Amino acid sequence: MLGSFAVLRKQSLLGDAISHAALPGIAIAFLITGAKDSNILLIGALISGLIGTFWIRGIISKTHLKSDTALGLILSLFFGFGMLLLTFIQKQPNANQAGLDKYLFGQAATLVESDVWLMAIVTGICLIVLLLFWKEFKLLLFDADYTKTLGFNTKFIDILITTFIVIAIVLGLQTVGVVLMSAMLLAPAAAARQWTNSLGIMVVLAAIFGAFSGVVGTAISASQNNLSTGPVIVLVAAVFVLISFLFSPSRGLLFREIRFRKNRRDLKLQKTLSFMFNIAKTHEDISHPHTIKILNNFQGFTRKTLQKLVDQNYVTISENMWSLTPKGFDSAANLYNQNQNQNE
Amino acid sequence: MSNAQIEIQLIASLVAIACAIPGTFLVLRKMAMISDAISHSILPGIVVGFFITQDLNSPLLILLAAVTGIITVILVEYIQKTGLVKEDTAIGLVFPVLFSIGVILIAKNANDVHLDIDAVLLGELAFAPFDRLMVSGVDIGPKSLWVIGCILLITITLLIAFFKELKVSTFDVGLASALGFSPAIIHYGLMTVSSITTVGAFDAVGAILVVALMIAPAATAYLLTTDLKKMILLSIVFGVFSAISGYWVAHWLDASIAGSITTMLGLLFLSVYLFAPSKGLIAVMYREKQQRTEVSLLTFLLHLGNHQEQEERHVNHLNEHINWQKVRSKTVLDLALKNNMITIENDIVSLTKKGNEFTTQAISYIITNEDSKIEHMKDDFFLFRG
Repeated sequence: MLGSFAVLRKQSLLGDAISHAALPGIAIAFLITGAKDSNILLIGALISGLIGTFWIRGIISKTHLKSDTALGLILSLFFGFGMLLLTFIQKQPNANQAGLDKYLFGQAATLVESDVWLMAIVTGICLIVLLLFWKEFKLLLFDADYTKTLGFNTKFIDILITTFIVIAIVLGLQTVGVVLMSAMLLAPAAAARQWTNSLGIMVVLAAIFGAFSGVVGTAISASQNNLSTGPVIVLVAAVFVLISFLFSPSRGLLFREIRFRKNRRDLKLQKTLSFMFNIAKTHEDISHPHTIKILNNFQGFTRKTLQKLVDQNYVTISENMWSLTPKGFDSAANLYNQNQNQNE
Repeated sequence: MSNAQIEIQLIASLVAIACAIPGTFLVLRKMAMISDAISHSILPGIVVGFFITQDLNSPLLILLAAVTGIITVILVEYIQKTGLVKEDTAIGLVFPVLFSIGVILIAKNANDVHLDIDAVLLGELAFAPFDRLMVSGVDIGPKSLWVIGCILLITITLLIAFFKELKVSTFDVGLASALGFSPAIIHYGLMTVSSITTVGAFDAVGAILVVALMIAPAATAYLLTTDLKKMILLSIVFGVFSAISGYWVAHWLDASIAGSITTMLGLLFLSVYLFAPSKGLIAVMYREKQQRTEVSLLTFLLHLGNHQEQEERHVNHLNEHINWQKVRSKTVLDLALKNNMITIENDIVSLTKKGNEFTTQAISYIITNEDSKIEHMKDDFFLFRG
């Protein structure tokens, strides 16, 4: 759901960066408390995720480094630091340490009831805030400068959105793991984007796609041995994206190709017609028959287009001769006019 | 220092150099995230290679992994070209999918072999010296040393051979194609080298460290210089420095070498980010403050120029009139005094000849909309900057 905002804000890879950046937070939280209470670890992850995000912002706005560099930098540096801490923890004499790396790759099966409740509550809060600030979010998304002139506190709204994205990511970490989190954030939103141009519909669609791929993915992974949940969910989501890319009515590749072909055929038809028109013009009687052979020199001509012209009553054919009908002549003349008008 | 320690440091340094070179170009071409994508998506390539050869050490693995890396790049570009989503979304979609395929392949078929995700993602440098290359029974050093050495050699050769082409096509694609060398070939060449480097290095240091070693030194160097050659050299130096110091930190903490090298890179970047002479955070903030004072000074001088009446030029009145805080107006007054632009008699401020000249010139620039020239003018007039 929040992924929609990330996609539209061109911050798609932020999810990837944050999910990696959360690692040192988890490790530090563990080092401080020494306990494996998932709530505390999540808060640690949240804090370090936020630090990472704002550092990325700082790098982009204060230096000439580009956003991709900043993302990659923070991602790898935080993750490396987290690994250092994790290996450091492993050397510590503390029996609790096992299972910390579960956060890395995620395992939906390890979730307990309280985790699920936590997720449900956070999702609920996200939804409420989203509804409350819907107008502001939307404005900021599409026209940040305008929002500023209207007197909204853009910084506050910005931080709000970012915080919620980070929260969503951190929560998702437990389920699908660091690497696949970005796909969970992106894929439903990218798929939803293909079907609509309206933000509201897109958010709802993304939520549906996300939930659906979650359910289907879990079902598939449960039905087979040795299939971890996270990757399967991601693959299901990817299938959604693929389908959306191919078959969405207005933006999809398939329909675009069909439109493309149709346009080309129309153009050929018109070319043939205008060629005929140019020949017919030289004769007094417009329906004066000509041999089909003349048309052979002409590239736009195929037997099929000729047949089509006949179907549309523009041309009549008798044996090897063709002749323009008055209707065909008129429309060809108009065609010519149109082209000329366009040229002017 | 034992033999193994030297070897580890040598491998780490070589990896650092091999990564820094393509990394520089990736950063300059705004494709840094591609390296992250490649490092993840080579997983299925490695897995498939392993199924074919049943041998983790075969060169086919590296080849297949590199091919997967290139497939990633092509896929990303294809998705991007359809115009349905932005480039970063395309990257974010492609590599988790490929990675998932790799994970599932491992989980389904290779559960009992030494090939798990941790090893791929994190790597373990400490074990590198134990994996030795034997040629006709003679031990000639660790295998990864040879692998990364070869890759480095190829990279350097390519760099020297195509330096000019790389440079032109990085900074000016239009010019490159006009001059007759195809940017596409250079592009895919660079991608191939990056993939191969990633693959060759991940074995020793893990995928994440590869990304860190590619991006971090280059980004750090980019903050310090704008000269391509210097940038490459600097990033190599940074890479090697953090590789060696990282090793000793890891030795001291008894923790993961890859992690501590990355941490060293992070510290290095942080300090440069804060203290770099012209592009560091502190320098930028200082410059912003300086500019603010200087703009205030200009406003102040203009105000003086517009008012001849005594009461308008009283020091206290200025505070109220232009609405500045005490400290701020004092800074501005001091600056103006230091630069001999004003004189103060009995708390009455008046412009000197020099101040007048400065103001007139500044106004003419502002009116003709040539604000940028004011900067040069400041150099001529100011003895002290704000």
